[in-house]
Amino acid sequence: MERLKGSVIIQGAAEGRVLASTEPLSFWGGYDQHTGEIIDRRHPLSGENGSGRILALPFTRGSSTTTAILLESVRRGVAPAGIITDRADVFLALASVVADEMYQNAFPMVAVDPEVFAALRSGDRARILEDGILEIESGS
Amino acid sequence: MVLSQFDEALLAGEEGPASQMAMRILHRMLPVFGVDRFMDVEAAHIDSTVYMGVATMEYAERLAELGAKVRVPSTLNVSGVDEHGWQEWEVPEEVAANATRQMRAYEAMGCIPTWTCAPYQTEHAPSFGQQIAAGESNVIGYYNSVIGARTERYPDLLDICAAITGRVPAAGLHLDEGRRGSVLLRLKDVPPALQEDDAFYPVLGHLIGRMAPDGIPVIEGMHVQPTKDQLKAVCAGGASSGAIALFHMVGVTPEAPTTREAFLGQEPPRVIDVGMNELRTSYRDLSTAQGEQLDMVVLGSPHFSIDEFKALAPLVKGRQKADGVDFLVTCSRTVRMIADHVGLLEPIEAFGAKITVDTCPLTSPMLPDRINNLMTNSAKYAYYSPGLLGVDVIYGRLTDCVESAIQGRVIREEGPWSD
Repeated sequence: MERLKGSVIIQGAAEGRVLASTEPLSFWGGYDQHTGEIIDRRHPLSGENGSGRILALPFTRGSSTTTAILLESVRRGVAPAGIITDRADVFLALASVVADEMYQNAFPMVAVDPEVFAALRSGDRARILEDGILEIESGS
Repeated sequence: MVLSQFDEALLAGEEGPASQMAMRILHRMLPVFGVDRFMDVEAAHIDSTVYMGVATMEYAERLAELGAKVRVPSTLNVSGVDEHGWQEWEVPEEVAANATRQMRAYEAMGCIPTWTCAPYQTEHAPSFGQQIAAGESNVIGYYNSVIGARTERYPDLLDICAAITGRVPAAGLHLDEGRRGSVLLRLKDVPPALQEDDAFYPVLGHLIGRMAPDGIPVIEGMHVQPTKDQLKAVCAGGASSGAIALFHMVGVTPEAPTTREAFLGQEPPRVIDVGMNELRTSYRDLSTAQGEQLDMVVLGSPHFSIDEFKALAPLVKGRQKADGVDFLVTCSRTVRMIADHVGLLEPIEAFGAKITVDTCPLTSPMLPDRINNLMTNSAKYAYYSPGLLGVDVIYGRLTDCVESAIQGRVIREEGPWSD
């Protein structure tokens, strides 16, 4: 098991299987708020499901509505369990802050250095701890 | 954190519970922006209007019930429903009802009911140097790049908090330093004739979003002065394939009279040459469909302008679209009214086109299931339709879209776009 230090963007704990891509995503047109499916047909994760996963994306591109999609996903119970980025992403963080405000249901977010980020693999098991520590177990 | 007395008063609830909630959210977001203080904005554009399910409605109604009123003039982006025309389409009644409730909530907060993703083509457009809080990715790009107003890339749900408080984190694109170009894109051997072609601008936008998704590209090598609608197409393309909130076009956009000024006097940190190969790849990437099958043409993302109606009307005058092809134009209610008033709508409706206002098929679930292949001249429609609508798309210029709708099959004048 590997332990990595990230910066806390939204404090909290979560664990699950990693779903990772180095390509940014717009959640509007990219994440189905009813099912958690990645629906951007030009994105490498197209067809995967982000619900309950530790979703690792460098940052969000595209639409401002990313935040609204993620909030609705939280309400419906199909949001990622936690999110890892390679920088502080305002769009994703805001969804967690508003999910806390509206539904007392925030998800944690951690930002890691780009080199660390690039080493994350879909299928790994990851745990996000309150202090921004990431515990990663190889999925193979 | 360095909070003003006003910020503290909002946080303490002295200005009421809605201002308190809005400031509480902004305050929690301040460290995520990486700064320690807020600043004033003069106006806002609210993208939180887009209905994405019960959560977005509940959020709007919570703020409205707490008595929220915007402190700065705030235009509204598209909603989830054309409230006077949705019955002609497949919009589920529950969505129409909820989206309408959400519209009423933002109107109750004192926002200006523009209901458009092209607020810069209304009388409420900001001016150079104004500090704005804008949501909606193409609006952010246009305000910053084409007008030289200053807004960060604000997400839905935060834009309204900024409008209610008049405050935003003093970060990024609001500041001089944050507007410096990050990469120089040099157009090489791109013929002026291509730059006069409408098809060029959505393709260029799509390309810069791909090449510099998190950057501030500076585009050099323009031989023509693009129209406002062409620049709008660049904004929408770059904010779909990437996260472009500001680009500079040397000799065209207001903060880039020269390349040097776009980089605030410094050398470009990166230089990339862009030629016909890159542009052709970008052109091809905008389409996902093969073959000639065509079910629908959609125009107007961002919302159609009067000038775009002026370009469309003579192309369709006296002609008839094919029976098997739907033809839809999306625009604001104001532009529709003006287009009607000056006689532009008559030939377009006689052609068989429909007009939807206040929204678009990406934000309102209005299209019938039988639509599988959709053609558009918009990089934004082309980017998002496969994911949001489950359709394949064909990208073509306006004249291609019209000719295809008449013939009932995809026809494109490839010209310089074919190898």
